[in-house]
Amino acid sequence: MATPARRKPKAAAAKAAPRRKKAAAKAKPKPQVSRDELLGFYREMLLIRRFEEKAGQLYGMGLIGGFCHLYIGQEAVVVGMQAAAREQDTMVTSYRDHGHMLVSGMDPKGVMAELTGRRGGYSKGKGGSMHMFSREAGFFGGHGIVAAQVPIGTGLAFAHKYRQDGGICVTYLGDGAINQGQVSEAFNMASLWQLPAIYVIENNKYGMGTSVERASATTDLHRRGDAFDIPGMQVDGMDVLAVKAAAEVATAHCRAGKGPYVLEMKTYRYRGHSMSDPAKYRTKEEVSKVRQESDPIDYARDLIFENKMADEASLKETDREVKALVTEAAEFAQQSPEPEPEELYTDVLVEA
Amino acid sequence: MPIQVLMPALSPTMTEGKLAKWLKNEGDAVSAGDALCEIETDKATMEVEAVDEGTLGKILVAEGVEGVAVNTPIAVILAEGEDASALQGMAAAPAPAQQAAPEADTVAPVTVPASAPTAPATPPEEETTSANTVTQTVREALRDAMAEEMHRDESVFLMGEEVGQYQGAYKISQGLLDEFGARRVVDTPITEHGFAGLGVGAAFGGLRPIVEFMTFNFAMQAIDHIINSASKTLYMSGGQMGCPIVFRGPNGAAARVAAQHSQCYASWYAHCPGLKVVSPYSAADAKGLLKSAIRDPNPVIFLENEILYGSSFEVPDDPDFTVPIGRAKIERAGGDVTITAFSLMVEAALQAAESLAAEGIEAEVVNLRSLRPFDTDTVVQSVQKTNRMVSVEEGWPAAGIGSELAAQMMEHAFDHLDAPVARVTGTDVPMPYAANLEQLTIPRPDNIVAAAKAVCYR
Repeated sequence: MATPARRKPKAAAAKAAPRRKKAAAKAKPKPQVSRDELLGFYREMLLIRRFEEKAGQLYGMGLIGGFCHLYIGQEAVVVGMQAAAREQDTMVTSYRDHGHMLVSGMDPKGVMAELTGRRGGYSKGKGGSMHMFSREAGFFGGHGIVAAQVPIGTGLAFAHKYRQDGGICVTYLGDGAINQGQVSEAFNMASLWQLPAIYVIENNKYGMGTSVERASATTDLHRRGDAFDIPGMQVDGMDVLAVKAAAEVATAHCRAGKGPYVLEMKTYRYRGHSMSDPAKYRTKEEVSKVRQESDPIDYARDLIFENKMADEASLKETDREVKALVTEAAEFAQQSPEPEPEELYTDVLVEA
Repeated sequence: MPIQVLMPALSPTMTEGKLAKWLKNEGDAVSAGDALCEIETDKATMEVEAVDEGTLGKILVAEGVEGVAVNTPIAVILAEGEDASALQGMAAAPAPAQQAAPEADTVAPVTVPASAPTAPATPPEEETTSANTVTQTVREALRDAMAEEMHRDESVFLMGEEVGQYQGAYKISQGLLDEFGARRVVDTPITEHGFAGLGVGAAFGGLRPIVEFMTFNFAMQAIDHIINSASKTLYMSGGQMGCPIVFRGPNGAAARVAAQHSQCYASWYAHCPGLKVVSPYSAADAKGLLKSAIRDPNPVIFLENEILYGSSFEVPDDPDFTVPIGRAKIERAGGDVTITAFSLMVEAALQAAESLAAEGIEAEVVNLRSLRPFDTDTVVQSVQKTNRMVSVEEGWPAAGIGSELAAQMMEHAFDHLDAPVARVTGTDVPMPYAANLEQLTIPRPDNIVAAAKAVCYR
């Protein structure tokens, strides 16, 4: 896997995407997106949001236990990224993973049933919110140790290159994870060996309760690959089209065999770090300002209306469909029985 | 007075080496710092510098001689004013491949006999598929196991520090880069946490990585990925995410490398469900177990021992020879006391058994080979016969392999025990550097003899 002659393309124009004000307040150019695609983005983001709201509700009812980290507010990141994905690509993320699974094509029923620890869950109830996988969907977790997914994703990229299957591994990590030593270790190897790896830093401004400014000596996280000659780009992670455009740049770079790419998504989580986080480290005003001015779903909805891609009634229909899917998932997750006691001893080792 | 130049030990575990080349001729003037000759060890070729001034009076060991024991005189330097007549009466060059092991007070206090102990009364191994054997070092056996499995399965690759161009820090991967190329023999940066995690990801992605740790001491940097990522993900995924990976490298004390580089991790890993843990003694164990480990669909911790790398044993020459994981081996049969051991401690146990036999005590030596899963049956059957047991390990006593074995015997052989299970372990201290203190730390045959006699009430 060694690449003796070192190339060095200059880091791609790492231009900060301008932060949007109120979506509708700005005259926007006609988006580079088809009607079907944008409606699809809207639907997927809405599915994640409704799913997460339902999960929060079930958590409150005691049906979901342990840690549960919701993705509300960040939906545009994974939906935009997935728009550039191909069949053979793989994905890996941390424990804030429900949205990634839904976008990978995993069944909301199986995801929700895993949250409730039931037999019908993706891990038969043995993994929970933070540990879910689907080989079939190319989703490799769901990892509970901050930043552990970064070397793992790098290894998946290594396997893509080793097998020459044309795939890319997209590894998601948070602004908190970026300061883990193993991220630097993985970046170094990914660049050294020119692996097809995209690192998506979901900068939601807080690693648990510590703001980026209080945790990172340098806050331009898209430049964290600089030391390893990995190009980086900062992206408005609340704008699904900006995310998609960045994803296309990064995937083209990877598929051309030019090695890894770093994308920093400026985003925001509306809920606390986990269900048990009162989020006293930020003001209510801060949260409501983002919700009102930068909400990714509102933004997509506005775009749809402005470009007359759909009317209110047809979006209402989408809302109803999504709600029905989530309700069905929640019902399944409550009706699916708990694992059989015998399941305790299975899956410890693969029988040789 | 002529000064003898002695064969130096160029690494903590070196006991012998090859005199590759003389860089000075007899009669040449030498001053301190001049390179006298090149010595080739199993790990590297290094120059030996003169520390005295004078004339190279006589070369005692010719170029190309292999197996020159550490501390053998290899040349004589004449001081100013001396001539060749001063050499009269000095020892002639010793025969190469000396059988005498270095004295205990040389640089390598834990020594390996130049010839491996032939296992007495060894019952034929059930896994042996061929009667023919070849003599191989543990090092060669490990190399061959990897090469054979890499030929057999394209998805197997080796990664680690210095495994490629350097040919392996301990020369285990010698020749593999030439044979398989840089795609499959991957030199990594010094980045254990990173490459262990990368290996796990590659295994999830359908490959079968062999991850070499230069020593298992450095795997502490990587233990989160070994435990949290490799061993638990199958369970956490409800059986979807198998992780076929081998983590291998030398474990336990080498010699004189002190606390941070001398530690046995057997009980650490044996503690964890989702892992298999093996620790070979002989070259046959090493080859057969490594092949099984590479073929295994689970993460396998493969604990080697640096001091055993150069030891030779008989290895079946059948390319399909494997040793199943989870099976101990009776290295020596006996009816009076069971001695369990693994890795280098099997050698100590066999030496102890010899001494005990001279005193009329027949010890049965069980080479555990596999620490997770344990071959409890074999140990229990032995104890049912001997009614006494001594567990030997290099690791610390607390929560060790011996603790586990003692508990297992309580549970499965309580009625057969005529004495409490005795443990011979590494001393409960960080490894000291000083040679005499180090010797007090690692179990020696006489410790085992004493424990065996105690459980036999002799």
